Amino acid sequence: MKILSAVRRWAADGLLWAVILLAGLVLWLLHAQPLFGALFPLLERPVYTQEPFALLLWAHCQLVLLSSGAAVVVGTSLGVAVTRPAGQPFKSVVDACVALGQVVPPVAVLALSVPIIGFGPAPALVALAVYGVLPVVQGTVQGLAGVPLGLQQAARGLGMTPGQCLWWVEVPLGLPVWLAGVRTSVIINIGTAAIASTVGAKTLGSPIIVGLGGFNTAYVLQGAMLVGLLALVVDLAFERLAQRVTRHARH
Amino acid sequence: MPAPDVVSPAIAPASPSLALHRGVLLLLAALAAAALVGLPWLTTAPNRLVSGQALWLLPLLQGPWALPAGGVIVAVLTLVGLGGFTSGRLGLTLMLAVTMGLIPGLLWLAGAQASVAAHTASSVARTSLSSGFWVACGLLGLLLVELLQRLRTALALRAAAALAVASLVGGLLAGGVCDELSLVKEFANRADVFWGAVGRHAVLVGVSLVLTLVIGLPLGVWGHLRPAVRRVLMPVLNVLQTIPSIALFGLLMAPLAWLGAAVPALGQGGVSGVGMVPAVTALTLYALLPVVRGVLTGLAQLPAGVLQAASSMGLSGGQTLRWIALPLALPVVLAGVRTAAVQLVGLAAVAALIGAGGLGAILFEGLFSAAQDVVLLAVIPIVGLGVLVNAVFNSLGRLTRVSRVRALLERAGRAA
Repeated sequence: MKILSAVRRWAADGLLWAVILLAGLVLWLLHAQPLFGALFPLLERPVYTQEPFALLLWAHCQLVLLSSGAAVVVGTSLGVAVTRPAGQPFKSVVDACVALGQVVPPVAVLALSVPIIGFGPAPALVALAVYGVLPVVQGTVQGLAGVPLGLQQAARGLGMTPGQCLWWVEVPLGLPVWLAGVRTSVIINIGTAAIASTVGAKTLGSPIIVGLGGFNTAYVLQGAMLVGLLALVVDLAFERLAQRVTRHARH
Repeated sequence: MPAPDVVSPAIAPASPSLALHRGVLLLLAALAAAALVGLPWLTTAPNRLVSGQALWLLPLLQGPWALPAGGVIVAVLTLVGLGGFTSGRLGLTLMLAVTMGLIPGLLWLAGAQASVAAHTASSVARTSLSSGFWVACGLLGLLLVELLQRLRTALALRAAAALAVASLVGGLLAGGVCDELSLVKEFANRADVFWGAVGRHAVLVGVSLVLTLVIGLPLGVWGHLRPAVRRVLMPVLNVLQTIPSIALFGLLMAPLAWLGAAVPALGQGGVSGVGMVPAVTALTLYALLPVVRGVLTGLAQLPAGVLQAASSMGLSGGQTLRWIALPLALPVVLAGVRTAAVQLVGLAAVAALIGAGGLGAILFEGLFSAAQDVVLLAVIPIVGLGVLVNAVFNSLGRLTRVSRVRALLERAGRAA
């Protein structure tokens, strides 16, 4: 019975299925010549073979990991800094930047970084990191602002230093909202990284861009399936993490 | 955990000191000064194809342009000085005036320098605004916002200040002072294409938004009335928003291309893998989530008492929805529509990759040729459109937020 319930739990696990689907798709596309040949009879090369999909997936993840990592470190520090008493005056400036960031699309930041930095993965990395900071700052500030003042005062009253109050009271309580900000930032970055293949970075967007340029709809479809699935996998993973964090925060 | 009723001053959060408040203004002014001195503010190139040579502001102090360049430097240093030492209303107002003058002043000086370069070098020479100029202007813009907040000016005055700076900049551009700047030249070269792209972009956003409202508003109400619908609808819309825009465009390409080829009537109607139809379809799918969520949140947060009052007045469920619930939920719904509209402005740029045109076409053209000025020619109106859409829906939301429960109940009573 125990095994049966475990199997049932796995079967209902969306994240597990999405990961299996993504890995399966990456492997299967290598041998998908017959199917895509039948679907797109007019195309000479119906499967993208310039780079293996596994390599593109890895490069895509690398780009997102590096840029989002930087964005999380910078964004969280900024968010914590402007919610401390000493940083409070700077909050309005940060708010103005975040508000501006909402009307500037990420693709604009990407396009502007090319003339400054040049083609290749570097401008993509910088643009993704810069744009990714804003949702993290927003999540950090909102998360910390949501901690009831009474709790903070109680913590200080118990003799905690401001640092202890931050670590033991504000951080655990603000964590779910912070995580939502990080999630938004990472999901945006996954999409922007795909567009970054227009500036010469090798990502899962490369088949899409090559396909759009060469009227090869099969390439576009292959790239789009992988990018979409990757975003779903990461989003589901964040969902799982959020459930853990919320359960933890309640204790 | 019991919260203490009385907080002793020792553990109350310290209010930020005056010095720190000055610190923000000082920091912004000092960074602007550093950007103007430390970064190249213009680049010149013999033609638009080769990369340019950097020009700094300080060398202008020796030569015929010493006076205006000196004026800029003095103005920036004044800002730094005032930012560091004043906190009175007079000082802040002075800073505001200097900042408002400095932004058009910088543009005028840049335009004048470009004219000089065009007359001394060949006529195909290009002078572009460079990092120093953009960073300084961005920081001055932030300083402007901060000063207006600090002075607690009324909304109308803030709008007037923004309008004053905008009209000064607009006057410089219209007056032809900046005609030799590369950005303005690119604009002049493709004015027709530019306005066509702006129109196309607006059409893409407008059509998608109307479609989203037509589909999303009833869906939201349906979801509110039937929890089962809501449980299916929200995960689907969430997944749609999670899929990156470029992937959604790509996924729609093949099916729509087949549909257009298989059903000739649809094909003649414009249904194909590229162009307007897949773009509008994808954009609409994206915008549905914020709109539906807005309707659901708006309807869910209505106070139960209001609904009870409506039903005890004899209103039916449909009448309550029509006369009470929807009007009261309107501000929250409008907030969702605003999010959707702002997102659409940015996403429509990506639609250029599948041949939908719009400002994204100019953006990617500039990107592929690494021409900063062409990219800016697209980015500036995209951001402008975003700000405009944001402002319009914000003020609509403000207009509808007035507490009108009583008026609504009275009107509904008359109607019932």
